[in-house]
Amino acid sequence: MSELIQHLVNALILGGTYALLGIGLTLIFGIMNVVNFTHGVLYTVGAYVMYLAVAALGLNFFLAFPVAILGGLLLGAVIETVLLRPFRGSDIDTTMLVMIGAGIAMQSALLWIFGGVAKAIPSPFPETPLQIGPVSVSWLRLFVLGAALVLIGGTYALINRTRLGLAMRAAFQDADTAALMGVNTRWIDTATFAMGSSLAAAAGALLGPVYVVTPQMGGLAELKAFAIVILGGLGNVTGAAIGGFILAIAEELGAGYVSSGYRDAMGFLIIIAVLVYRPTGLFAKAERIG
Amino acid sequence: MTRLAPLALLAALAALPLGLGTDPYLLNALITTGILTIGAMSLNLLLGFTGQLSLGHVAFFGIGAYVSALASLGFEVEVGFGLRVVHEPWPAAVGLVLGTLAAGACGYLIGRLSFRVRGAYFVIVTISFAEVVRLVALNWVELTQGPLALTNIPAVTLGLPGLGYWTLKTKAQNYYLVLAVGTLCYLVIGRLVGSRFGRAMRGLKENESLAMSVGINATRTLTVAAVISAAMAGAAGGLYAHYLRIIDPDVFLFATTVTMVIMVVAGGKGTLMGPVVGGLIFGLLPVLLRPVMAPEAQWIVYGLILIAILFAMPKGIVPGLRALGARRRPASPVLEVNPAVQR
Amino acid sequence: MSALLSVEHVGVRFGGLVAIADLHFDVNPGEIVSLIGPNGAGKTTAFNVMTGFLRPSQGEVRFRGTSLAGLPPHEITRLGLARTFQRTSVFPDDTVFDNVMIGLHRQGSLMSRAPLLDTLLGRGGANERRLRERAAALLERVGLAGRSNEKAGSLAYGEQRLVGVALALATEPAMLLLDEPVSGMNASETRVFVRLIRQIRDSGVTLLLVEHDMPLVMDVSDRIVVLNYGRLIAEGPPAAIRADPAVIEAYLGQGSAARHAGAGAREAEHA
Repeated sequence: MSELIQHLVNALILGGTYALLGIGLTLIFGIMNVVNFTHGVLYTVGAYVMYLAVAALGLNFFLAFPVAILGGLLLGAVIETVLLRPFRGSDIDTTMLVMIGAGIAMQSALLWIFGGVAKAIPSPFPETPLQIGPVSVSWLRLFVLGAALVLIGGTYALINRTRLGLAMRAAFQDADTAALMGVNTRWIDTATFAMGSSLAAAAGALLGPVYVVTPQMGGLAELKAFAIVILGGLGNVTGAAIGGFILAIAEELGAGYVSSGYRDAMGFLIIIAVLVYRPTGLFAKAERIG
Repeated sequence: MTRLAPLALLAALAALPLGLGTDPYLLNALITTGILTIGAMSLNLLLGFTGQLSLGHVAFFGIGAYVSALASLGFEVEVGFGLRVVHEPWPAAVGLVLGTLAAGACGYLIGRLSFRVRGAYFVIVTISFAEVVRLVALNWVELTQGPLALTNIPAVTLGLPGLGYWTLKTKAQNYYLVLAVGTLCYLVIGRLVGSRFGRAMRGLKENESLAMSVGINATRTLTVAAVISAAMAGAAGGLYAHYLRIIDPDVFLFATTVTMVIMVVAGGKGTLMGPVVGGLIFGLLPVLLRPVMAPEAQWIVYGLILIAILFAMPKGIVPGLRALGARRRPASPVLEVNPAVQR
Repeated sequence: MSALLSVEHVGVRFGGLVAIADLHFDVNPGEIVSLIGPNGAGKTTAFNVMTGFLRPSQGEVRFRGTSLAGLPPHEITRLGLARTFQRTSVFPDDTVFDNVMIGLHRQGSLMSRAPLLDTLLGRGGANERRLRERAAALLERVGLAGRSNEKAGSLAYGEQRLVGVALALATEPAMLLLDEPVSGMNASETRVFVRLIRQIRDSGVTLLLVEHDMPLVMDVSDRIVVLNYGRLIAEGPPAAIRADPAVIEAYLGQGSAARHAGAGAREAEHA
């Protein structure tokens, strides 16, 4: 029983960062109709910015985190402006291929710059974990969960409480009409991509100190983000948030009770289950066919 | 002219080893290029002719490689409930066929599963599938040796009873085997896209609702295309395994899929010659780049080239050149072949 | 005589929005029936239900006595019910001729038991020749023979609609649903199209039209079904529909019904 609780607590912590990844990806898909194949690299970039700031520049851990988010935000804005804006009006396959090209170039650049050796980010938290009854949680992981929840809440507030969020929701409903109503859809696209990127970078900056940082770490994170987004329904923000936690639970329980080698296969099993039973995602309303 | 180009290319490729002598490095690059080009042709059947992007194409390639290798190496595994499965080695040629069939069967499963819905789903299902297969290859150590790799895979032996048998040990022999399989795949794809089945694929790609309304079964057509495409990728994987004679879970790397995608997009998706032209260029580019830059830097260049091609020549090299040719000869005669089948 | 197509109490709701409330009508063999109504009345939605592109929330459609419930579009086409589309009626990147060749998909399957195998073995030549002859004949029939080698996407809008009709005819339907077939056509093209409609009917094909061009509707229809806000408000021959106060009110708004009733009645007497 206590083992199960421990697994669920671990899942909750992992789920927060998964939700960040998923929300970022689903926002970009829902508003811009772009399948973002740089998402994994942005996650990696977040971790490397964190590493550079803390280990190389000696910046305070808690200051480095917002720097990593800012790094993702800026890089996302640059990617959108330089690579996606020239392809506005292209079909989804073309932008997807552009993003694949950008992703592979950026990942290789990271490998070229930093080499393949894993880097560790020193954490300022005490080594001894917090013990509550039979469950133990490291302070670092608690911080990860807290920060993820704050960012998820912030994203919701931004979408639902601000003028930018209103314009984003309008563009999500119908980009053409939104443009006619005077919404600057170019600016919305840049803001959306930057925001989605910053969430991916934040997830990387949070999990980087928990695990280690490598140039390839984003590949798996990207696959998981896809699984989460399918689980929640393409373009569904709340679905992605819940989907992140579901995937984390499935992975934790799968690794704990089935086989740790297949932990990362859980996402695919979930995709299969969703496609068989609810092709439009768990949280989608019945959609029109044809 | 356009009908002669593929024949001329085939003749040139067949004569190439004679001209090159037996430089093993170059011949090796040509064989790998040929194998990847077969993969690119199979990917093009889906991406170019049905508009469905299979980003886990390397899964079919790797399944073909592993099944073919395991069939010809033999294995003994515990499958649970105290049951053991023992397989005695079969000839490599049989392994190749089995690998092709196994990959086709996986194509069927993936197709049935993901063509229920359109859009980005197929992309994501295929990419996740590739990852899972890689995890299986990595973790099922009893069967696959995991990261230690399957070694001593036998070379392909061809022949007929009464005529004699040849084991393809030299690079030149393998080169001709790859060239023969590639030519066969080219001909099969050519037949398919010029037929009723090819028209159904094009119809679905251009206007799916309209295609369904004239009686085209969308799910069936796309699934059949996925099966054929996956089987061809599997055949390429089998060739790879018996040529290198060693495979590890790295055959499932995403980068290999990306290479195939670049070959198709650069050469011209939806054309027969596109993947061949793109395959030759991007298969042999590493030979040119190797002296000047590190592999990581090469990949940066590949990524940027993909973006540049999408920007400057979104239809690819072959259609681009054809458009250039058409501009030079404004009074183009009516094509004698079915004009929709672009060569 | 039993109906060819029966729409039986069909309702369609998208979330809370009622697109079709309760639609119920029959089309008899050999008839030309028009489905009319103001924009957003649910006409195209009704077509989508009849051809399997949309599942109704209630009710069902029967064709030649067979329920179409749950059948995908391509199987409904196989039963002999074909349609055209309002906006995208062609395969834009192919030539007009190849468009019709794609449309002959079904005929190709009737000629051979294993078409894919025939293709790979190179045995399909004779069938291909026959299909090409049929395609040429169909283009002749709709008056597009001269456009065979042009890209369908580059044709004028009105001509694209004719390609759409040729595609639907290629399936050899018993009944044809035309969704706003003359939109984008000028007056003379429309006149030619009316002749085509009659000729299609004379060849034994039953027709159901959705159309906004009222003179055309009144001219060709044997019967008219009027929809408004997803409800059937009138059904009958053109003369009766023209005089129906409910129809006039639906089209011209409240208050005008009384004024137009008299005029409509007078017109009906003349017709």
